Amino acid sequence: MLQGWIQIALTLLIVVVITPFFGRYIVRVFQEQRTILDPILNPVERLLYSLVGVRTKENMTGWQYARAILYSNIVMGLLIVFIIASQGWLPLNPAGVPAPTWDTTLHTAISFITNTNQQHYSGETYLSYASQMWGLGYLMFTSAATGIAVGIAFIRGLTGRPLGNFYVDLIRAITRVLLPISVVGAIALMAAGIPETLADPLVVRTLEDPGISQAIARGPVAHFEIIKELGENGGGFFAINSAHPFENPNGLTNLIQLVAILSIPTSLIYAYGIYTNNIKQAWLVYSIPFAILVALIIVTAIAEYNGNPAVNALLGVDRATNLEGKEVRFGWVQSVLYAVITTATMCGAVNSLHDSFMPNGGFSTLSNLFLQIVFGGQGTGTAYLFAYLLLAVFVTGLMVGRTPEFLGRKIEKREVVLASFLILLVHPIAILIPGAIALAFPDQLAGISNPGFHGLSQVIYEYASAAANNGSGFEGLGDSQPSQIAIASGATPTATALWWNLSTCFSMLAGRYVPIVSLLLLADSMSRKQPVPKTTGTLRTDTGLFTGVTIGVILILGALEFFPVLALGPIAEAFQIAKG
Amino acid sequence: MSSKSDSRPYRVPSGSRDTRRHTPKVNMSGLYQRAVKEAFVKLDPRVQVRNPVMSVVWVGTVITFLLTIDPNLFGTVQADINQQRLLNGLITFILLFTIVFANFAEAVAEGRGKAQADALRSTRTDTIARKLLPDGSIQEINSTELRRGDQVKVIAGDMIPADGEVTAGIGSVDESAITGESAPVLKQPGTDIASSVTGGTRLLSDELTVRITADPGQGFIDRMISLVEGAERTKTPNEIALTVLLAVLTLVFLIVVATMPSLTGYIAGFLSTAIGEQAAADLRNGASVAIMISLLVALIPTTIGGLLSAIGIAGMDRVAQFNVIATSGRAVEACGDINTLVLDKTGTITLGNRLAAEFIPVNGHSLEEVAQVALNASVFDETPEGRSIVALAERSGATVSFDPKLAEGVEFSARTRMSGTDLDGQEIRKGAVDAIKGFVRSRSGSAGASRGGHVPNTLDQAYEQVSRLGGTPLAVCQNDDIYGVIYLKDTVKPGLRERFDQLRRMGVRTIMLTGDNRITASVIAQEAGVDDFIAEATPEDKIDVIRSEQAQGKLVAMTGDGTNDAPALAQANVGLAMNSGTQAAKEAANMVDLDSDPTKLIDLITIGKQLLITRGALTTFSVANDIAKYFAIIPTIFAAAGIGVLNIMGLKSANSAIISALIYNALIILVLIPLALRGVQFRPLTADQLLRRNILIYGFGGVIAPFIAIKLIDVILPFS
Repeated sequence: MLQGWIQIALTLLIVVVITPFFGRYIVRVFQEQRTILDPILNPVERLLYSLVGVRTKENMTGWQYARAILYSNIVMGLLIVFIIASQGWLPLNPAGVPAPTWDTTLHTAISFITNTNQQHYSGETYLSYASQMWGLGYLMFTSAATGIAVGIAFIRGLTGRPLGNFYVDLIRAITRVLLPISVVGAIALMAAGIPETLADPLVVRTLEDPGISQAIARGPVAHFEIIKELGENGGGFFAINSAHPFENPNGLTNLIQLVAILSIPTSLIYAYGIYTNNIKQAWLVYSIPFAILVALIIVTAIAEYNGNPAVNALLGVDRATNLEGKEVRFGWVQSVLYAVITTATMCGAVNSLHDSFMPNGGFSTLSNLFLQIVFGGQGTGTAYLFAYLLLAVFVTGLMVGRTPEFLGRKIEKREVVLASFLILLVHPIAILIPGAIALAFPDQLAGISNPGFHGLSQVIYEYASAAANNGSGFEGLGDSQPSQIAIASGATPTATALWWNLSTCFSMLAGRYVPIVSLLLLADSMSRKQPVPKTTGTLRTDTGLFTGVTIGVILILGALEFFPVLALGPIAEAFQIAKG
Repeated sequence: MSSKSDSRPYRVPSGSRDTRRHTPKVNMSGLYQRAVKEAFVKLDPRVQVRNPVMSVVWVGTVITFLLTIDPNLFGTVQADINQQRLLNGLITFILLFTIVFANFAEAVAEGRGKAQADALRSTRTDTIARKLLPDGSIQEINSTELRRGDQVKVIAGDMIPADGEVTAGIGSVDESAITGESAPVLKQPGTDIASSVTGGTRLLSDELTVRITADPGQGFIDRMISLVEGAERTKTPNEIALTVLLAVLTLVFLIVVATMPSLTGYIAGFLSTAIGEQAAADLRNGASVAIMISLLVALIPTTIGGLLSAIGIAGMDRVAQFNVIATSGRAVEACGDINTLVLDKTGTITLGNRLAAEFIPVNGHSLEEVAQVALNASVFDETPEGRSIVALAERSGATVSFDPKLAEGVEFSARTRMSGTDLDGQEIRKGAVDAIKGFVRSRSGSAGASRGGHVPNTLDQAYEQVSRLGGTPLAVCQNDDIYGVIYLKDTVKPGLRERFDQLRRMGVRTIMLTGDNRITASVIAQEAGVDDFIAEATPEDKIDVIRSEQAQGKLVAMTGDGTNDAPALAQANVGLAMNSGTQAAKEAANMVDLDSDPTKLIDLITIGKQLLITRGALTTFSVANDIAKYFAIIPTIFAAAGIGVLNIMGLKSANSAIISALIYNALIILVLIPLALRGVQFRPLTADQLLRRNILIYGFGGVIAPFIAIKLIDVILPFS
């Protein structure tokens, strides 16, 4: 047990140590200060800008920034739909995989364009290398960069600067942050044993019976893997994601992945500290998601370590670690760490089956998805966190007898409309409403494999994962259409899969674009305000007291609305199991 | 400010502020009976629809009422129908009272406002006005028929029919009806301050011709009446923002509750096979429409939603009790945000009247000579300063040795900054030291005096000596001979230092404006404890100070009374005009103080802050309550799902938990009405201290209080 805690502590320590360095680097990139790669990249960028016709010095308003995101995302989405739909004719398809059904194609495109990477398919049997690399791999960069751009634009606006230019931010996020680290990371992962090849699946004879042959799927995995984690994408090359030995062969690759997942959202909070010249506040804000993360890791870890009492009774032992759905090479510690971090950050990659965790695990992962700020999505999570800070200022700031203000900017009706709407309202709409519809028709629509409290968790998890743009699955739902090969050999597309594909599209789109537009408008309206000088009568937001107040506001406003769902899902299940 | 405006006869009422309040005149009898009646009248859906939180409760009440009549309205209920009817009836009853209590809070606040308004209104009974027609004849008409621009004649004993400005005549007016000050005030035309009259006050002597400046129903008092009555109350910006947040929270919980039956229905389907039909039925009952409505009402922020408007009206009412007329709620709210207070020295920081304390001879003159010349210069000066100089000179042995009828008074003007007497070709002057210097130099040699036009060094010494004491030096001269300096002593109002300290802790900076020289100003500034001062200030400086502060994003408050203050009053975020001031000043300001006490601005800041704190505290309390309500209701109504262990309060049953939570929810509104009306007690602390204190009381208190209260109600209730 102790060794487990040490593993957890060390992993988190590495993340904390990296934060200031990476945070400073990110600020340099977006302040357009000199960075190490300038000599190579500046000419490339200039060429790109002049080709596309971007006037780089032009700042955008919130609405212009949002429109640029929406238009470019629509174009990219259509491109990917085209690539996947025509993968049968496109090159790099050694296995000759035909295009998946139309609803799977649509769902996959939307899932990757929104940085969700929810997968209702198995990469190895549904998609060609071309679709994976040109389609999904491309979106993994752009959707992550879009998120970073939103996060940076939000911080700029909050601190009274112009929001910047989306196209410049997008390109710099890719060329200066995502791409260089991906190149280095991919090489490291290859060195650690992850394949990177365009060769056909390998056909081998099994050890049990040399008469039987088996096709081992492989492909250009290593480069896919690093951006999957770094960009908080989470879409696996293979169906079982980072539990697959080709995606995550050993402890080292697991550690690299965990650190990669956390590095950008943690650093963005530090970047805020540099922008405001208030590193102390950055660390205080940092401590909010960090404390929640640690608490949820502990809650989950204890239950996994102690195992299922029913199983324990069967085995006749006091305690046996719950290893159902886990890779033994990772054990309970790395599985718990991965599960909590991947849901906290909206990465969504998995190295174990969340469905098989004890109810505590369901509680933690669901809570992460509901809160969305436990470091949260790429860029957007940071922006959410500060939007919560604004709400905390608004609710409690009145109690010092002034119109609430954050960084000297008054929070008025417009800001409250945007902040409360995007934080408080969109999430329940995108999760609870489709969830309630699915649960009203459990057999016709949901196709739940495990009825009862657990089934409720499965359904709510799927929508929470979609709305939070996480993409991981609790699994156990009839959400996958058969592949075209299977259909050709007699399988029929199902209504449940159609329902899941379409309804999660709604949740993903609502959970991505409504908040992004609101966040940008919010940042815009904050940046236009005349700042009020600080006095002793001003509410200070860089104190431990206010940080504590913010945690309270996050838990009451952000989590309490999901308490009934948690009560009927993982909590009821926990009591059920405890009763035996 | 020139020295003239410094010498304005501010009336500073004596006694502590409490004793000067108007409250005794306000008739509060029958207030609560009327409010109870009003609380039921306000159940009208057209009234409720204005409040998003309470209108949800209203719709819920109607639905539970229908469910009381027919419990099977939304599908067959599996429980005993009569029991169900009883439960639904109880829920309906409590929900109804939740709304009634909220209405009651608003009605009491409005009732108090109305009482306040009636007291104000009683001053404006219809009177007969003598309207002057263009041909000079007089027509007697009702005062309500008067229009802006009309001229009326007012004769001793008459009520002044409407707000206006004196254009002719001179007379003393009893303004006690609005200010509570019994001493009559002299009114005459042209004199900036003394020319404006307020409708409802009574002329005691002589005759005045008054030009009406406000249409009936448009005067300050009328505006105040409509504000405190709440009839014309428009929501303030902060109130609107808060309403938005409350509406969003309501909508969130509406979604939570509306989706719940589907979730429980699914679980019930599972329970019926896994455990048994009874458990499934229990769970379905737990998510019945009536219980879901109860859960919704318990979770939405009814406490703050119900009290929000009462808090706003009570804030206006508190302003009225301070005898200040605010023209908008926005102005009152802005008071809490003030960063900078721009204050005139005279009348605000120092007592209105500077009194002559000492004569300092220069140029080799004796004390008696100075006293005599000072007396001669001040014979026609009717200001308190002038009279104090006369009194001091007479104490020093000087007498008026000439016939005042032969002499001619020279009025003070802002240009010359001198006043005095012309007597037998002798020009006797007193005034600001540099003005007298200039005067003497200009007369140099013309009168042929021996020391002609000589400005002695001792003058500057005397000037500095007086300035360093914080006094105002006035030089006196006869023709080109400077006799000496009069030391006018300024007294800083007692207790001001502490108040400025408090303001500083609240983050409010004070800037003192004065026409005095730098040295005098700095001494007074230090004595009073203001943060900054501007000496030798002109009225234009006032507006410049305000503009430059505003350019830094600060909100500025100031007081003023003169016509030349009007632009600055309009520019300031909070402009408080003195009732004794000119009509122009009052029009430009967004508040008028009937007592003409400029220090009241400090109280207004407190009221503004109190208003915001009360809103924030009750919002925090209301939202924090949700934790306990969740823990009371969810585990009990979903006990069939095996989560009864979460019933940490050990409530008796689902029905008892629901009813207890709802009773608490309704009663807490009633309990908090006094707090909403009185406002959270304000202490002049720094923001951090205030936050810590209020979070402790209303945040943690809001988490814990309902746990205790709901448990208590559950114990008392005869439910099983």
